[in-house]
Amino acid sequence: MHDDSHDDRHVPPAPDHDPTDFEKRVEAVQALLVEKGILTADEVRRAVEEMDSRTPAQGARVVARAWVDPAFKARLLADAKAAISELGITVGFDATIVAAENTERVHHVVVCTLCSCYPRGLLGYPPDWYKSLNYRSRVVVDPRGVLKEFGLVLDPNVEVRVLDSTADMRYLVIPARPSGTEQMGEEELASLVTRDSLIGVAEARPPAMR
Amino acid sequence: MARVHDRGGWPGAGPIDRFEHPLSWWEKRMDAITTLLMTPEKRVLRVDELRRAVEDMEPAAYERCAYYERWLHAVETLMAEKGILTREEIDRKVKELDARP
Repeated sequence: MHDDSHDDRHVPPAPDHDPTDFEKRVEAVQALLVEKGILTADEVRRAVEEMDSRTPAQGARVVARAWVDPAFKARLLADAKAAISELGITVGFDATIVAAENTERVHHVVVCTLCSCYPRGLLGYPPDWYKSLNYRSRVVVDPRGVLKEFGLVLDPNVEVRVLDSTADMRYLVIPARPSGTEQMGEEELASLVTRDSLIGVAEARPPAMR
Repeated sequence: MARVHDRGGWPGAGPIDRFEHPLSWWEKRMDAITTLLMTPEKRVLRVDELRRAVEDMEPAAYERCAYYERWLHAVETLMAEKGILTREEIDRKVKELDARP
């Protein structure tokens, strides 16, 4: 990011539509809060940039480390926030993060039935479907059916655990390490870890055929 | 009967729409404004207050509103409760911004 682009980012991009009521009110609320000295436009811009820097790739790095380093995995399961910070990733002020490990016997999938709580300090904004009423309604009563909709059919012998997040406790799934990855390094392993596998609606990608 | 936000097991839920729209410039601003107000440095809002203001929305409005429209509604409600901003002030500011050339 070059400094000279910063000023431009205070101004919305050229609109491709007339501003909606929502957009007008957001602008008005921000303008008033700035006038009253409660926040500055620069703080808002930096907060947006900070959220944009939080991505599932950060979660993938954490999982890849856990796959190659059992001691790290143990620390991650014991205190995820502290373990994540070992990788130089800061997850912000909010909420405890709890890591849950998927194995051959247990599959975890995460939801927030009440709202949209998500380890956003690590993974960034949650996807739309995660916040949708239908996902929140159904995954707790029919997790296998929902997973099937996402293309994941689990062996009936695998126990499914649905983790319901709260504002104070947010979950990160450690997907099972795919077979055939024994020779892979951390970076290559991380490329197999998708956002959806960190939520538990998918497994980690299998390694590409060689 | 469960309140409108308490969706777990809500009857009649259909297939999950997996379309993901990229957040707009304004949605990101709404997110940023709200989270900034909740930082330990500012402490203008707390996350539990935000949730309460979202959960107190009129049920039909809750279901109709897009995600960040709920946040906007909650922030407006809480700013009014705390005597920081009134809805009238926001309405006036909207008109003022609208009148820009």
